Amino acid sequence: MALIALQAMTPNAIAENFNTTRQAVSKHLRILTECELVKQEYQGRKIYYSLEIEKMKEIDKWLSQFRKIWQTRFNQLDKVLSTIKKQKK
Amino acid sequence: MTKELLFDFTVDKAAKTVYITREFDAGLSLVWDAFTKQELLDQWVAPAPYVAKTKYMNFEVGGKRFYAMVGPDGQEAWSIQKYTSITPKTNFKLFNAFADKDENPQLPGSEWDYNFSEQNGITTVSITIYNESFERMERLLEGFKEGFTATLKNLENLLATLSQK
Repeated sequence: MALIALQAMTPNAIAENFNTTRQAVSKHLRILTECELVKQEYQGRKIYYSLEIEKMKEIDKWLSQFRKIWQTRFNQLDKVLSTIKKQKK
Repeated sequence: MTKELLFDFTVDKAAKTVYITREFDAGLSLVWDAFTKQELLDQWVAPAPYVAKTKYMNFEVGGKRFYAMVGPDGQEAWSIQKYTSITPKTNFKLFNAFADKDENPQLPGSEWDYNFSEQNGITTVSITIYNESFERMERLLEGFKEGFTATLKNLENLLATLSQK
């Protein structure tokens, strides 16, 4: 993912960066394409793959919202704890 | 209170698990109470502007807590939790499911595992949440784009495939 975030690449070029075959890379890319996380562009016979930055951002956004809920919760708990500690003194 | 309190939040999509770790500037007994006593839980567990309302809570193995997150518009989202294991001031586990207002659970649910430990007056709480379905986790977030679940589901499958290798 980090590789194709920088530039569009062919499956062959991607496979060269890993200890794997072009077929294995193609299979992963196909799934990623189905998820719309990666897009294909045809140039002649070659297919170049690149990252759908917006989709990745959506996932980050989704996770960060979830994270934020917990942050808010825990900040509230900090307040509850400090109030109780003061009352005990 | 100058010390930065640790907050770690990670999601393992392939394992459908969320890991949360947080430090609190308070002793173990107090933090344990804040997680296991109804009157304390209701003060913090709903992220503002939501408020938590516990109808009943029996903190014992096999016991249940039935509560709602009440939105600013008065809308109630009910959940039911069943305590499956309790080791006082160390660990407790529960099974959580969304429910309707008549206590009918909507499965699948999620399994929660809480761990507590104290060091130098700072209490660390580690929470592991295992979700039977990823969509369920998604439901926790209000108003998020429809159809995105499908994408996440695909991603989840993908990660599962990749992790088998």
